Formats: sequence, structure tokens, C-alpha cells
Amino acid sequence: MIALVDYGAGNLRSVQNALDTLGAQSVIASTPDGLMHADAIIFPGVGAAAPAMAALRARGLDRALRDAIRQGRPFLGICLGLQLLFDSSAEDGATCLGIFQGTVDRLATTEKLPHIGWNTLERVANHPVLAGLEREAMYFVHSYVGVPRDRQLVAAETTHGVTFVSAIAAGSMIAVQFHPERSGAAGMKLLNNFVQYARVQPPTLTLPRKGRGI
Amino acid sequence: MLLKRIIPCLDVAGGRVVKGTHFRQLRDQGDPVSMARTYSEQGADELVFLDIEAAPQQRSTLLDIVERTARQVFIPFTVGGGIREVDEIRVLLRAGADKVSIQTAAVQRQELITEGARLYGSQCIVVAIDAKRVKRGGSDRWEIFTHGGRNSTGIDAVEYAQEVVSLGAGEILLTSMDRDGTRQGFDLPLTRAIADHVPVPVIASGGVGNLDHLVEGIRQGHATAVLAASIFHFGEFTIRQAKDHMVRAGLPMRLDP
Repeated sequence: MIALVDYGAGNLRSVQNALDTLGAQSVIASTPDGLMHADAIIFPGVGAAAPAMAALRARGLDRALRDAIRQGRPFLGICLGLQLLFDSSAEDGATCLGIFQGTVDRLATTEKLPHIGWNTLERVANHPVLAGLEREAMYFVHSYVGVPRDRQLVAAETTHGVTFVSAIAAGSMIAVQFHPERSGAAGMKLLNNFVQYARVQPPTLTLPRKGRGI
Repeated sequence: MLLKRIIPCLDVAGGRVVKGTHFRQLRDQGDPVSMARTYSEQGADELVFLDIEAAPQQRSTLLDIVERTARQVFIPFTVGGGIREVDEIRVLLRAGADKVSIQTAAVQRQELITEGARLYGSQCIVVAIDAKRVKRGGSDRWEIFTHGGRNSTGIDAVEYAQEVVSLGAGEILLTSMDRDGTRQGFDLPLTRAIADHVPVPVIASGGVGNLDHLVEGIRQGHATAVLAASIFHFGEFTIRQAKDHMVRAGLPMRLDP
């Protein structure tokens, strides 16, 4: 069973529709309990960082997400669900989950923002969830990007005037800046990879960050 | 590199897709959900549903279309037509729409843009501008119209576009009322005037009659996406044919479905 994290602002419906089409069972989880019993977690998101963090904290989901990722539960973050994994966001000065060191910055491009539309991946690291996806076009809708301090986290990059991180991965955690649930056949392939991965994956510990009790 | 987008537009009335000329003379085109699925399979990059009746009693029909589309179609889609309240935005997004398009209410109550952007992010707030060329003191300019093109406002289209972006619009859906339904091509000076003066993407709309028009909208109009209805609805061209044509013209397009 895959839990979809519900904090009131995510685009849960489209992700769940995609999972339904793939024949994968999913449940909407709005409590820490709901996450605890899931085999895998998808953390979708649209909207701004500060209200999302406030909603996560109010539900106790911030702690539950940190625990689940540390325990190595297969995890897929989408869009805001990637950005919130870092320390803080410049979008509204929000303090985020701090699971990975880094910030969320406005894309420093001279091109149009928001970065809306289809753009291609440049895969820079292997991950089972990215299997078969090399230079596919995916659908992006955002103005801010995650900037991990640890470059080892970078799984794919994309260029919109400047090159930015479009996917990060560590152990059984992967997070993508684009929307696989809105990226046609290529996005469905990624989601199907995640579903298959979640089925076979025994928990592997995802790097806990140093010097901070999460 | 960011790819250019082709967006088929589905004007919806009474639960059916319709198409008219100059916002009049509507003709039935088919079932919205099955048309959406077909376009997605042909490689459409995005879809727009416009509820052209925008009657409150028809809202449940529109919501049903949105929900059914979201279950079957896995590319982004925008829904617009008569949205006046933030709560309507919430309901449409929850039903599966990725973005909402606000038009008349954006002119009358600009806080709808501000509020929608604050709550759901600029990326899902599209402001639709219907513009028409007018003569004022010997020089040409474009003014915006509301209520499906019926009401004149006297507001300058370029200034208005800049204003709505400053309020939080993440995209502009720009329709030339002079060209809509004429098949003579986009109003390129209008498209370029707006696209060059706002930092957000502009979707060009109104007047596409052949595939060269799509190329012109991007090359000469500086739009990042082109919207068309009749050339696709009438089966003259598939989305894939349109994309192949644009690729031959040197534009970066997504060719996998």
C-alpha cells in the first residue's frame, strides 16, 4: 500500500488517478499513523512552502516524514515535495523539513518564470525509479528549485536558461521537481518504476544527516 | 531546454464541446472527455477547457467533466469560465484541474488573482485576456473585453497584462477577438506586444487556420505556447502533424506521446 501524504494543498487526486491506472493501491494519509503503516510514501505538492509546512506541522506529519525517510521506506517526493526536504525556502522564508542540507532558491534565470511546460531530463545518476528514462521530456511548473549542499544527491538536471537540479535520490528516497503524474507516458513510466520498486524494496537506510537528531 | 507547447482548446457548453466564430454561432464537436483523451494520445502538451456558458447551474456538469478527465488523462489541463470565488478555484483544483483560468472576475475583482496565487501558487493562476484592436486618437492599440467578449472595458491590454502578472498571474492566455474563428492566423503584433512586456509565459490564441500559423505565433509572436481548436476538432490535422511541422520549422517540441 502506497500512502499519499495529505496536508490540504497537494495535488493528490491526479497522483492517485495515475496510481489507479497503474493498478497500484494507494491511500490518502493525513496522520502520522497513516504513514506508519504504508509500504511506501508519495509526497506530492503544489503551492507555497510556508502554508504547506504549517499544515504538515499541525498534523504531526513533519516528524512522521523524517522518520519514514530515515527508516528507508521507499519515498517519492514531487515538486514542492522535493523542495520541502531541504532546510529552508527563499519563497517565503519558510523553515522546511531539513532532511537534506540545502536551500530552495528562486531559479536565477533570464528566461520566463514560472518555468511552465515540458523540459528534458539529463540523468546524472542511476536510480531504479529512473530506469529507462534518460532524456525524456517531463512537465514542470515551478519558480523555485532545490539546491542540495551534497552534490551526491543529484540524480537529474534540467536547463531553463540555467541548469538546475530536477531530481535527487539517496537510498530508497527519490524526489523530482517535475510532475510525473502530468508527464504523459514518460511520467507514467517513472510512477510505474516506483510502484515496482516499492513492492520489492526491503527498507534500506537513507543517509541521516549529521549532527541533528531527526 | 524548455519545449514549446501545443494546447487544444475545448469550449464546453451543456456538457459538450462546441466551437463558434467571433464567440457566436456555436456548433457541436463532441464529448469533452473522449476528445481530451484523444488529444493526449496524439501528443498534446496540455489542454484547456473553457466553460463558455459559465452558468452556476451548469457547474456540476463541468466538475464531472474535470473529474472524469483527471482519471483518464495524464497531461496538465486548465479549466476556466465564470470563476468568481477563491472557493471555486479550490473545488476545481481538487477535482483534478492543474490550473484555473480567470477572466471577467480578474478585471472586476483583482483580489481573486492575489488570493488564488497566495493560496495555491501563481503557477495555477492563468489570467485570460480577450483583446480587440481599437483606434484611439489615430493610433492603434488593444483593449480588453469581458463576459466572453461582449463587454468593452477601455482598459489597455498591455498595461492590464503587466498588472495581473504583478498581482500573481502565472500565465497569460491571450485571445485576439479580431482573429478568433477567422482562420487568418494569430494577431502577431498583439501577441508580441504582450509577450515582450510580461515575464510569464504567454499562450497565443485566436485565429489559427493552418500549421504555419502555429510557428508564427512562437517565432513572430514570441508566445511560449499556441492554442487552437478548430484545426484539430475538424480533423484537418492531428497534434502530431502539427508538431512535426513545428519541428521542421526548427522549434523544440516534445515528440513522445
